[in-house]
Amino acid sequence: MIDAKRRILLKGSLAAGTVGVAVGAGLLSPSLVLASWNEAAFHAKDLPAALTSLMGSDATETNEAIKIKAPDIAENGAVVPVTVETDMDGVTSIAIVADANQTPLIASFDLGEGAVPFVSTRIKMAKTSNVVAVVQSGDKLYSNAKEVKVTIGGCGG
Amino acid sequence: MSDIKIRAKLKDGETEVKCLMSHPMETGLRKDSKTGELVPAHFIQEVVCKSKDQVVMTANWSGGVSKNPYLAFKFKGGEVGDPIEIAWTDNMGETQTATDKIT
Repeated sequence: MIDAKRRILLKGSLAAGTVGVAVGAGLLSPSLVLASWNEAAFHAKDLPAALTSLMGSDATETNEAIKIKAPDIAENGAVVPVTVETDMDGVTSIAIVADANQTPLIASFDLGEGAVPFVSTRIKMAKTSNVVAVVQSGDKLYSNAKEVKVTIGGCGG
Repeated sequence: MSDIKIRAKLKDGETEVKCLMSHPMETGLRKDSKTGELVPAHFIQEVVCKSKDQVVMTANWSGGVSKNPYLAFKFKGGEVGDPIEIAWTDNMGETQTATDKIT
């Protein structure tokens, strides 16, 4: 916690230039300005550690309103298409996690003004596991998961 | 010359932006099959997506995003002809930027 605050302080003073002015004018939300690559979160070896570094907490509530589109079976774990979408209000960020990967946190998306809670990308999966989507809305975290079977080197059928 | 391909389409008040980037996305965990040595990490860490100088979305990635990354997102408030700018920065400090217009 202390660490997180220090980070914000540091970032705050760095951003006091043009970006700071933009924040003052309400053009950018502070979360966007403070967003920067979170080394601790991306190097974390498990999901709770990654979420705590990234979003300040690992207390997620399962919410079926988070829709994860991913194949049931992925023949190639190097390229697994994942789409996360929700109709929840006030979503500020979306994270995508592959549970069994060595560093599970794959991507986090900070949504700006006007952004719709929808992101789509392609991820690598080491083996069969859950793809977890974590959505931040207000100061609460919601998540949902979908299992993807990975048959690396499989030739279908 | 940029290797980022962007397609931004306005439909029912929402602009859907799809883009493809050209990048090896090395996790740093993979071994070279010939030498047996680890291939150094080389992946995009941050993608900033802007429309008319307004940040619509910032993506933070690990090496867990697939090679030659695909990214799609949607936002409201765009109009045909508005510029879309996509800029990425990788862990080696390389950057690339591309712009296109909403159609």
